[in-house]
Amino acid sequence: MENFTPYSALIGGVIIGIAAAILLWLNGQVAGVSGIAGGILDFERGDLNWRLYFVAGLIGGVALYRLAGGPLQDIEISTSVPLLVAGGLLTGIGTRLGGGCTSGHGVCGIARLSTRSIAATVIFMVVAGLTVFTTNHILGAGT
Amino acid sequence: MNKNIAALVSGLLFGLGLAVSQMVNPAKVIGFLDVAGRWDPSLAFVMVSAIGVAFVFFRIILKSPAPKFDPLFKVPDIKAIDRNLIVGSGIFGMGWGLVGFCPGPAISSLAYGRIEPVIFLAAMFIGFYVERVWRLRAGYG
Repeated sequence: MENFTPYSALIGGVIIGIAAAILLWLNGQVAGVSGIAGGILDFERGDLNWRLYFVAGLIGGVALYRLAGGPLQDIEISTSVPLLVAGGLLTGIGTRLGGGCTSGHGVCGIARLSTRSIAATVIFMVVAGLTVFTTNHILGAGT
Repeated sequence: MNKNIAALVSGLLFGLGLAVSQMVNPAKVIGFLDVAGRWDPSLAFVMVSAIGVAFVFFRIILKSPAPKFDPLFKVPDIKAIDRNLIVGSGIFGMGWGLVGFCPGPAISSLAYGRIEPVIFLAAMFIGFYVERVWRLRAGYG
């Protein structure tokens, strides 16, 4: 567990929780990123701009963190292009079909004690774990 | 306009939280999902603290009759654990495990100016579109 970073994880989680609270308190919306981003494709008048502002904020938050000299100045992605495409397609279809992702079900839904969201989170975590086990330890694609 | 600024502030904090917790880094997420490897429990700590903070604030917020800038709280009221929830979450789990990106971190990581998030997001939005076509045809949800 040499990569374990409990303090930055807890602090980051608190910030994410506050972000979710602000969106519910002010706009009455659940901070589920797949729902917010996926809803852009509806191009519904009066329901589009806030989604774009939220998405811009997601990118801007990391940009500000980098400008302020935050320790994570680069990220590591070890996935080939075909698997990036496959992963993106599966994530896009799955999150919309399942009604949420790590933020909508995993954070906001569980915080509302929704059994639906708890079930969804258990399923995508177990399947993701099995997928990583398959690629890293059976197929040996990773390290 | 107020709604847009509120969404921007929430998004900025959300992105900042993903960077501080390093969840914007796929290698970090894979480190959590790889239970049989050099396991890194950090993601569980992010989830627990985010859920804890949201749990407390949501209880207070949902006692008020309406949000500040909107007439209604748009909180899902579906209860059923149906086929779409199970199949969709399973499909998402495969995508998440292949790359280590879920939608929030994938979008946020554009701030690193790399090509991989662009490829992933292009495919993700095609996935959103495909599901949208299915949904409108089948008339579910």
